Amino acid sequence: MADEKKKPTYKFNKSKTKTPMREQPPEERIKNFNEVPLGFTCEEATAEGQRCIQCKKRPCIAGCPVGVDIPAFMNLVGEGLYEEALRKVKEKNFLPAICGRVCPQEDQCELVCTMNKPEKNREPGGVGRVERFLGDYAMEHDLNILPSKEAATGKSVAIIGSGPAGLTAASDLIQKGHDVTVFEALHRPGGVLFYGIPEFRLPKKILIKEIDGLKDMGVKFIMNYPVGKAESLNSIRERFDAVFIGVGAGLPWFMGIPGENLNGVYSANEFLTRVNLMGGYQFPEKSDTPIKKIKKVAVIGGGNVAMDSARTAKRLDPDHVYLIYRRTKAELPARIEESHHAAEEFIDFQLLHAPIEIIGENGAVTGIKCQEMELGEPDDSGRRRPVPIEGAYKTWEVDTVVVAIGQGPNPILTADCPELDLNERRGTILVQDELTMRTNLENVWAGGDIVTGGATVILAMGAGRNAATSIHSYLMSESGVTAR
Amino acid sequence: MANRIVAARLLADKTMLFEIEAEHIARRGKAGQFIILRVADDGERIPLTIAHRDEAKGTITIVAQEVGKTTRILNALKVGDEILDLAGPLGKPTDVPAGDKTVLCVGGGIGNAVVWPMATAMKAAGNKVITILGARTKDLLILEDEVRAVSDELIITTDDGSYGREGLVTHAIDQLVADGVHIDECICIGPVIMMKFVCKTTKPHGIKTLASLNPIMVDGTGMCGACRVTVDGKTRFACVEGPEFDGHLTDFDELMSRLSYYKNEEAHSLEMADHDCKMIAAADKLTTETDS
Ligand SMILES: Cc1cc2nc3c(=O)[nH]c(=O)nc-3n(C[C@H](O)[C@H](O)[C@H](O)COP(=O)(O)OP(=O)(O)OC[C@H]3O[C@@H](n4cnc5c(N)ncnc54)[C@H](O)[C@@H]3O)c2cc1C
Ligand SMILES: Cc1cc2nc3c(=O)[nH]c(=O)nc-3n(C[C@H](O)[C@H](O)[C@H](O)COP(=O)(O)OP(=O)(O)OC[C@H]3O[C@@H](n4cnc5c(N)ncnc54)[C@H](O)[C@@H]3O)c2cc1C
Ligand code: SF4
Ligand code: SF4
Ligand code: FES
Repeated sequence: MADEKKKPTYKFNKSKTKTPMREQPPEERIKNFNEVPLGFTCEEATAEGQRCIQCKKRPCIAGCPVGVDIPAFMNLVGEGLYEEALRKVKEKNFLPAICGRVCPQEDQCELVCTMNKPEKNREPGGVGRVERFLGDYAMEHDLNILPSKEAATGKSVAIIGSGPAGLTAASDLIQKGHDVTVFEALHRPGGVLFYGIPEFRLPKKILIKEIDGLKDMGVKFIMNYPVGKAESLNSIRERFDAVFIGVGAGLPWFMGIPGENLNGVYSANEFLTRVNLMGGYQFPEKSDTPIKKIKKVAVIGGGNVAMDSARTAKRLDPDHVYLIYRRTKAELPARIEESHHAAEEFIDFQLLHAPIEIIGENGAVTGIKCQEMELGEPDDSGRRRPVPIEGAYKTWEVDTVVVAIGQGPNPILTADCPELDLNERRGTILVQDELTMRTNLENVWAGGDIVTGGATVILAMGAGRNAATSIHSYLMSESGVTAR
Repeated sequence: MANRIVAARLLADKTMLFEIEAEHIARRGKAGQFIILRVADDGERIPLTIAHRDEAKGTITIVAQEVGKTTRILNALKVGDEILDLAGPLGKPTDVPAGDKTVLCVGGGIGNAVVWPMATAMKAAGNKVITILGARTKDLLILEDEVRAVSDELIITTDDGSYGREGLVTHAIDQLVADGVHIDECICIGPVIMMKFVCKTTKPHGIKTLASLNPIMVDGTGMCGACRVTVDGKTRFACVEGPEFDGHLTDFDELMSRLSYYKNEEAHSLEMADHDCKMIAAADKLTTETDS
């Protein structure tokens, strides 16, 4: 396309650092569930767009799992052409308002940006921030950039699970003219985007708006329909020409230590679901799902889920929130922005500690006992393995423990269909290759966390897209029409 | 899928039976499985057993006892109303012996609604079904006729002796054993304390006993772990691995403790609802007064 090559008419903004984004101050935001970063104004977005030096190699594109044409949209934003920029992003990523907020940019597009030179105190282009701006801009201005829909093909596709993988596949396939129905086990669509990631990080209204957009395009959503229970996978396979499975990795892991079933011990999923999906933070005024008044909380884990749990707990007005992680800060798997925000919000990081027992009285939690750790030799993955310091223990008094150590694939669907090939050890669905995402069953594809195990929103979206492409060519070739 | 209520009947004080249009659940549901429903947009998700299904009509029947806010709103619904959200069938079906076995089904209180489909399935598979239904008092006994129709023998006990035999269901079990009745298997459902004692009663006689557990649930699809119970020293998710487990290996004390965790919050929620009701009633009264 011509505009891609076009030289910017503006002078690059040579600022070394990203245009800062205003945020709610920590003291204030821990008292509410409103979003923390407040977004860019048009001027700020334009300035950040102009920071991208339009370098020749453009490594950022390959750094993005779905290959968004970053230099093109940064340039357009730099010119103040927001609507065009948005179109450019939407060619590859139909949820910019969401990815701009939750993508681990520092490990992806921004990591490889030519400008990213920490040794020279030079920061990469603020790709995520600009992307978020564009998504928000579209909503504020009601820019309904509905991609055009091709003529109806008469083919039907069932999408099982309405997380980012399923939503992306639905979006792509409806555009190709297929008849798309999404089945979701819960009463609201969105997967982890709805029940897991908290309001202060991803306002629900954004997600609802994106899903409404899909409904407007003709995607049908059937809620409260756990496939495998409400209907067998094989029956769905018969009713639809193709099936995409995007049921996620929603089975919470526990640690297997004594005391884990005491009252006051939650999986992160339960804790976040009660607060996010069921609105428990508004109990009892606006929600009927209770969440206990908590005083001292220990969150176990170091990923995004742990950060979300800790920051959610903080907003329920407790006296103290500990975050207990068995390695050091350098190994925290969470996005940098999340651990940074958590630290700002007075979360007490207790690193190099591994829980060994949850202590209780009368059936309820009163404390958590941890083994102190130190870093030993690097393991196969190159990370230094935490090893126990003999005889060194520490106990904290807490009344609530949130276990956020990861999750595995939910077996409700897979248990119902033994013919579907799984990775036996992990319980994930096996696909033939990542380009097609085809399973061993004739008209069944799968993608997202159910294939990879817990990963990221954008990887799930990428998988949904790849599967959609493969499904489309399957459906068209089957009907004798050559696929593009 | 409108989940429309097609029949509603008061069975006992605070206990309603609803027949609801839910074609796919009627088709796929089996004895021992449950549904999860929500009755209001900001409402809680609560599990209720599928008490009966009519595949031809495409309906399921549930029986709900009012114990808190959600069941109160539910029980105030009428024929023609729709249940906002209804998901199912969830959980594992009852393990029904292939036939020729003598099965003892024991229900207490609202648990009698769960005994109904279980006894039905046991009978349909060709087993001999002896059922014991317990209630505090005669007026609280539910589904007697329905359960009688699928039992070879029905024993009723009431705590106060107002109907059937006076005493607890465990006394009736002891009596059966004393009478030399051979029982291959027992299945029980009711208040946790009742199930605990049923299991204590059957254990010395070596009668395999399943208990249908009723822990607090949120999603009912294995996603949250709220429903975890300890069976044979291992943590199990009752919504996907249960709700029925070997009663002789179940930690009932833990279940009781976990069920009581939100007691204060639930009472508070109900109080608020009561307060709202009174306010509405007061406001209604005011408007009627000013109208007239
Ligand atoms: C708390 C939390 C925070 C996170 N933060 C980030 C972040 O900041 N950035 C990031 O990139 N990633 C983050 N992740 C990871 C990311 O959310 C997931 O990788 C992503 O959502 C996976 O998408 P998915 O579509 O595969 O599955 P999911 O989002 O898990 O959606 C699956 C859907 O399928 C439904 N389902 C399951 N079984 C059935 C069935 N049998 N029938 C019908 N429906 C079914 C589920 O109810 C669910 O709605 C986070 C995850 C969590 C839990
Ligand atoms: C598998 C299963 C099948 C059940 N079948 C029936 C049935 O057929 N008929 C019937 O009347 N009841 C049944 N129950 C119990 C029913 O779910 C609870 O009575 C209901 O959730 C109470 O909700 P509430 O808002 O009215 O009361 P609340 O005020 O929320 O609670 C009152 C009491 O009910 C229990 N409870 C609360 N929330 C839940 C929950 N989400 N899950 C389970 N128990 C809870 C607690 O012990 C609590 O103290 C079943 C429970 C389970 C787990
Ligand atoms: S989708 Fe994510 S990785 Fe790709 S450009 Fe946007 S923020 Fe970067
Ligand atoms: S790598 Fe950085 S500087 Fe180069 S085009 Fe991409 S965003 Fe711009
Ligand atoms: S109710 Fe959530 S896992 Fe069982």
